[in-house]
Amino acid sequence: MVPTSAGRWKARGRAPIEAPGPSAHAEGQQHPIKLYLLVWGWLFVLSTCSYLVDYFGLHGYVRWFLILLFMIVKAGLIVGVFMHMAWERLALVYAILVPPVAVLVFVAIMAFESSYTYFTRIIFFGPGS
Amino acid sequence: MTTDVELANRGASLIRPPGLRGVAADWSSDQRAFKSASWGKAMMWIFLLSDTFIFSCFLLSYMTVRMSTTVPWPNPSAVFALTIGGTKIPLILIAIMTFILISSSGTMAMAVNFGYRRDRLKTALLMLVTAAFGATFVGMQAFEWTKLIREGVRPWGNPWGADQFGSSFFMITGFHGTHVTIGVIFLIIMARKVWRGDFDRARRGFFTSRKGRYENVEIMGLYWHFVDLVWVFIFALFYLW
Repeated sequence: MVPTSAGRWKARGRAPIEAPGPSAHAEGQQHPIKLYLLVWGWLFVLSTCSYLVDYFGLHGYVRWFLILLFMIVKAGLIVGVFMHMAWERLALVYAILVPPVAVLVFVAIMAFESSYTYFTRIIFFGPGS
Repeated sequence: MTTDVELANRGASLIRPPGLRGVAADWSSDQRAFKSASWGKAMMWIFLLSDTFIFSCFLLSYMTVRMSTTVPWPNPSAVFALTIGGTKIPLILIAIMTFILISSSGTMAMAVNFGYRRDRLKTALLMLVTAAFGATFVGMQAFEWTKLIREGVRPWGNPWGADQFGSSFFMITGFHGTHVTIGVIFLIIMARKVWRGDFDRARRGFFTSRKGRYENVEIMGLYWHFVDLVWVFIFALFYLW
């Protein structure tokens, strides 16, 4: 009957500013250093790979595919491990990672728009102007 | 037995003062959506999300001008090539900058780790190494800008092709470089705090007057990794495409 979770909730909420005690960093992220070194190494390898795409002068769809692939894997490693997103609660993960999907819609709209602009420029100005 | 919180979540009759005071009481009531992230971390993430949209808009406008121009786009591989020891190596400076920024992300991740272990010395040193990498990056970017400006690249034109190349380049890399610079300044401030033991003695910050915790190092790290993350996209979409 007496102070249940409400009391505890209040007590925690009212504590003006938490002093750094044993509980203060309970929310912190602790992972083995080895994991970070591994990801670091992979980021190096992937960056080298994407540089080599340019160095060997690959072109066309192979180039675009490889560039985007390395980019997405690198971004995933940074967000997931370095920024600890892999260990956050789903509420935060969705709140942060879902909105950028709207950017992809924007990309599609602008790609459509700019090919139309290109088309009208070709029609009215001729190529090279 | 219903608690205050359960009542509040149902919008049931919580006694609040009338008017604006009631509004303030509701808005500041003890509820959190992100149970595992402190408000500081959640707010940093939300800031980074808004920054994502800013950089997305820059990259999108770059995509739009590049796709819609009828003039050929300058070849970044050749534009950013450097002649080292008589041989012309494509994109080499950008590659080095990429490795530097990735390394700085690595040292930052380690700094966060040592921060939670309360190893003040290592945390501060690793943060300073991170800041040094960041400063090197900005220095190389300044070198790159100088080189291109000497070669005649302007926001309204350049010697090799589509005029929009210059404006896209200066806008995107300039904004990113500004982020790195701000990050370096913040890293130095935070490293000083760690070094001095502010987070062990709960010393109040000079700006917010709040007691810091070692989580602040992680929040700082979030910003820094984000800067690295943006570079991954710029590297792929602007320099390699």
